[in-house]
Amino acid sequence: MRSLGWLRLPLIGAFTFLYIPIAVLVVMSFNASKVPFVWTGFSTRWYGELASNDLIREGLINTLIVAVGATVLATILGTLIAIGVARYVRSSVLEAYSLAPAIIPDLVLAIGLLAFFSLVGVTLSLFSVLLAHVVFGMAFVAAVVIARLGQTDPSLEEASRDLGASAVATFIRVTLPSLGPAILAGALLVFTLSIDEFVVAFFTDGPSTPTLPIVIYSMVRFGVTPEINALATLLLLVSFTIVISAQRITRLTDAV
Amino acid sequence: MTSTTVDPGDAREILLSVSSVSKAYGPVRALDDVSLEIWRNEFFALLGPSGCGKTTLLRAIAGFEDLDGGSITIMSGEGPDAASDDLLALPPNKRPVNLMFQSYALFPHMSVRKNIAYGLEREGVARAEVAARVSEVLATVGLEDKASSRPAQLSGGQKQRVALARAIVKRPRLLLLDEPLSALDRKVRAEMQIELKRLQSEVGITFVVVTHDQEEAMSMADRIAVMDGGRVQQVADPVTLYGQPANVFVAGFIGSGTLIPGVIDGAGLRALGRHIPIADTRGLAGAAVLMLRPEQVRLVDSGEIALLDGEVVETHFYGGSSTTSIRVAGLDNPVIASQPGAPVHLVGERVGITWDSSSSVLLAVGP
Repeated sequence: MRSLGWLRLPLIGAFTFLYIPIAVLVVMSFNASKVPFVWTGFSTRWYGELASNDLIREGLINTLIVAVGATVLATILGTLIAIGVARYVRSSVLEAYSLAPAIIPDLVLAIGLLAFFSLVGVTLSLFSVLLAHVVFGMAFVAAVVIARLGQTDPSLEEASRDLGASAVATFIRVTLPSLGPAILAGALLVFTLSIDEFVVAFFTDGPSTPTLPIVIYSMVRFGVTPEINALATLLLLVSFTIVISAQRITRLTDAV
Repeated sequence: MTSTTVDPGDAREILLSVSSVSKAYGPVRALDDVSLEIWRNEFFALLGPSGCGKTTLLRAIAGFEDLDGGSITIMSGEGPDAASDDLLALPPNKRPVNLMFQSYALFPHMSVRKNIAYGLEREGVARAEVAARVSEVLATVGLEDKASSRPAQLSGGQKQRVALARAIVKRPRLLLLDEPLSALDRKVRAEMQIELKRLQSEVGITFVVVTHDQEEAMSMADRIAVMDGGRVQQVADPVTLYGQPANVFVAGFIGSGTLIPGVIDGAGLRALGRHIPIADTRGLAGAAVLMLRPEQVRLVDSGEIALLDGEVVETHFYGGSSTTSIRVAGLDNPVIASQPGAPVHLVGERVGITWDSSSSVLLAVGP
């Protein structure tokens, strides 16, 4: 491998800028002081307070309901779209349409969905957030699965048919197993995107059921408390775990 | 040539009939009124350049290509019980034929044993019988020690054997092979040619091989259909194809040789400004082409009586034999002569060219 030379500088600069705030946040979550950013000693007090905060607990439960539901639906629909686009229709227009929700600005998607929901008379609730998350989640799953389908040999499915398997048996025994890791990676991606999604949730959620990012937003309006630092640290831990496992899974697939 | 001689009475039993089959992709006619018959237990090859329709025909027999017209039927049972089944009415998973894919299409998430058992399990064969038949076929292809390996751990030749085992374990009435040797390197390819031929006679299944490699087809097949432009140009055994090509395309595609265009004139051909005697004009008239294979051509010293004359432009020595290329005025390509031993003429030397007029073949031009 070649040495980076002076190009090391922007790399170090970018990484410092990116990770120092996160490090500060993690350290400060263990600060005993109530005043943010003045270190007075180590404490896990804020993690304890977090657990007893009803608003945050409710927000977390709401977020998990949305994230799990959206992940399940988006994974099923996204996989079907991917197979349809890559194996049956082969239309680049349709492919562009199915991947667009991943690229459209969140704000546009959020306002559009809000207008649509009020037009068709859907009451804003966790259910409408879930549907909204399915819309963009589906596109991310489809993107990952289409990429995988591009690498798999289409004659695998023909070989299965040729050997006497029905279309359904072929889908279950050949198509799904060869796409399995990509589908799982797509699902994890949707889950991580959904748990901390703010813009779309803010526009499509009902007032009585705020999701966690909305709860946090309303708390920080009165200043960042050490409690928020503790919460952010926990979210970071969850996201890291998921991203690393998704990476490991895709590496396993490439090895096949 | 290693082709086994089949009892002609037995060989004439038709297994598969393709009649007037057509398929167009937009303006391209992939199959244009194709008809042919494949006999029971023969090794049949579909040979032609890429885009000639051979793969389309193979995929249509397997059920992966819808046809615009025509019919394909396969015989079931033997002797008095024989009946013909309409193959096109069946979906691919119900056809008594199997296809070995060019990419082999082994299931990457299954072991070799699971790959081979897949077809039998889908048929609902009892577990014990599946295990026995898989073991038997693994022994036939010599891969007993690889039964629990994944396809990714196998070499190209081993993958090919697994793909073959997976297809023959189903005991199809007809096995289709799409360019079975093209993914292998030269040395393994030569071994597998012999291996395929051995397996075919051992398992007693009719083989239909698609290939663009004329040497491969010539050395393995009992009969070959030469295709071009979606049409069957000729169906014959390798010796007939080489010696009696039906038209100019087949003559040029199979083997090497010289084609001399001219016009039939009495008992000969008027070409290159002279009269070339022909022993048998086969009732042809008008424009025709004379085909000379390198081994028919004899070279004589300049000045002796010869049919043509020219200048030696190239010689090649292959150890046991050699070839000499002679440029003849009026011909685009040089005449090639092969002879045993070392070349006797030098480059630049003028030589006479002659041949036995009863051995040369005259081909019609046009339809």
